[in-house]
Amino acid sequence: MKLPIYMDYHATTPVDPRVLDAMLPFFTEHFGNPASRNHAFGWEAEQAVDKARKHVADLIGATAKEIIFTSGATESNNLAIKGVAEMYREKGNHIITCVIEHKAVIDTCKKLEKQGARVTYLPVQKDGRINLDDLRAAITDKTILISIMTANNEIGVLQPVAEIGAIAKEKGILFHTDAVQAVGKVPFDVNAIKADLVSLTAHKMYGPKGVGALYVRRRNPRVLLAEQISGGGHERGMRSGTLNVTGIIGLGRAAEIAKAEMAAEGARLNALVKRLNDGLHKNLDELYINGSMEHRLPHSLNISFAYVEGESLLMGINDVAVSSGSACTSASLEPSYVLKALGAGDDLAHSSIRFGLGRWTTEEEVDYVIGKLTTVVRRLREMSPLYEMVKEGVDLSTMQWVAH
Amino acid sequence: MAYSDKVIDHYENPRNVGSLPKDDTNVGTGLVGAPECGDVMKLQVKINPATGVIDDAKFKTFGCGSAIASSSLATEWLKGKTVDEALAIKNTDIVNELSLPPVKIHCSVLAEDAIKAAIADYKKKQEESGAVKVASQHAQPSA
Repeated sequence: MKLPIYMDYHATTPVDPRVLDAMLPFFTEHFGNPASRNHAFGWEAEQAVDKARKHVADLIGATAKEIIFTSGATESNNLAIKGVAEMYREKGNHIITCVIEHKAVIDTCKKLEKQGARVTYLPVQKDGRINLDDLRAAITDKTILISIMTANNEIGVLQPVAEIGAIAKEKGILFHTDAVQAVGKVPFDVNAIKADLVSLTAHKMYGPKGVGALYVRRRNPRVLLAEQISGGGHERGMRSGTLNVTGIIGLGRAAEIAKAEMAAEGARLNALVKRLNDGLHKNLDELYINGSMEHRLPHSLNISFAYVEGESLLMGINDVAVSSGSACTSASLEPSYVLKALGAGDDLAHSSIRFGLGRWTTEEEVDYVIGKLTTVVRRLREMSPLYEMVKEGVDLSTMQWVAH
Repeated sequence: MAYSDKVIDHYENPRNVGSLPKDDTNVGTGLVGAPECGDVMKLQVKINPATGVIDDAKFKTFGCGSAIASSSLATEWLKGKTVDEALAIKNTDIVNELSLPPVKIHCSVLAEDAIKAAIADYKKKQEESGAVKVASQHAQPSA
C-alpha cells in the first residue's frame, strides 16, 4: 500500500490511463482545429470531437447536438444561469436555487441579483434534501429557472431531481441541474428527470481538468441561451472559442468508460463506504453522519467526529488526503455553509470529515484509514475539554460560552 | 496550509495535557472559546499561595493544531512563573515562538485569554475562601 492515501475523489480524480491514451495522439499527431473545414487535419479533429460528443450524450441520455463543450462545470453553471436570465428576461426575472449549491451557482445568482434578478434560496431539511412543498411555494409567474444540484459535493446527498423536473415541467419553468458529482457515478438520464440544462465536468470522472460540458435541451422545449463568450460562433453559437480537442476527447473517453463500468464500480465503492462507516462506528462513539444515508452517492461519506476539531484531525491523519468542513481549513474562518444549512450545529460542522472513495481505493486503504482515525480521534478526545465535560455529565448546550 | 515545526512538535507531543482538581482553592481554571467557533481551551494553573508561583499547569483544547500548540506552549511557559509574570505573557510572544500565520493569531489570543481567565479564577477562589490577600501581590519575584 502506498502512502499518502487519496480519499478526496469529490475534489478531483486522477486521469484514467485509458483516457490519457485516447488523448495523447491529439496533442501532436492529430492536432487539427475542428473548425478547419477544408483539410484533413480539421476533419480528423472534428470526427474525434463528434465521437466524444456522442459518448457524453450517451452517458446522460441526450443527443450529441445537445452537448456544448465548456472549460468545466463552473463555466457551464455560469452559462446556464446567466444565459437563461438574459435570454428569458422578457418572461420573468425570478430564479429558484438552494442554499447548499456550489459557489459557482450561488455566486452566479448573487451577481444576477445585483443586476435586478430575484433569487429564492431554498433551505434544506436535516437530511440535506430540499422540501418539494417549499419549491412549489416559491414558484411565481415570474419564475424562469430552477437550478438545483443533482448531488452535493460535500455531503454526497442526492436531491429529488426527478420530482423537481416534473414540477418545473408542469409549470413551464426551465430546470438546470449541476450534476458534476453525479454524472458517471449514478445512472443519470436527462429525460427521466426532465432536465433542460445539465452541467458536468471531466475531472470528477477520471478525465482531465479544464474541460466540461453543458447539456442544452433541443426539443420540448428548445432551450435558448444568451452566449457568455462571444466570438467565432462555435458550439451552436452558445460558446465560442477553439475547441479544447484533447480535453474533449478525454471527457468523451471518460464518459464511455463510466457508462460501461458505473454499475460495478458503484457497487464496489458502496461496499467500501459501508466498510469504512461500520469500522469507524465499531471503534468510536459519538459519530454523526451528515446528510441522508439513503439518498447518497455510492462513493461518498461525511462524518462529524464530535468533540474533535476537523483541522487538528486532518493534521493527525496527514498521510490520508480528505477534506474537512472545519473553518480552520478555509480562508474565511467560517465552517462549511453546507453543513450549517443542515442545522447540525456549528460545532459538528467544525468536526466533519468528507471521505470520497474512487476507482483506485482498496479495502486495505479503507482499513488503514479506520485504524489511523481511531487512534487520532481517541488521542484528540483525550485532549478535548468538551469530551471531558460530556463524560462528566455536562450538557454543552446549556453552557455559557464566551464567543470570540 | 504548512505548519511550523514547533506547531507540529506541540501537536504531536503536547506538553501538560490533563486536568487539575478544579475545586482545589489553589487551582485556577480558565475556559475560553466556544464550540461553534471551532476552538475551546481549558487551561488550569496550580499556584502556591505562599509564594505566588505557578507549580503546575495543565490544558485541554478542542481546536486546530495551532490552538493546541498555543495552549501547550502556554502551560510550558507558565510553570515556575509568578502570577505577575504569567499575566505579562502576551499573545504576540506565542505568535513569534510558534511562527503563527495571520489566520491563526486568534489561537494565540485565546491562549492569552485562557491564562488570564485561569488566574482570575484562582484569585476569586482565594478571596472567597478567605485566604490571605492574593499572594502574588506580596511575593517578591524570584529573580
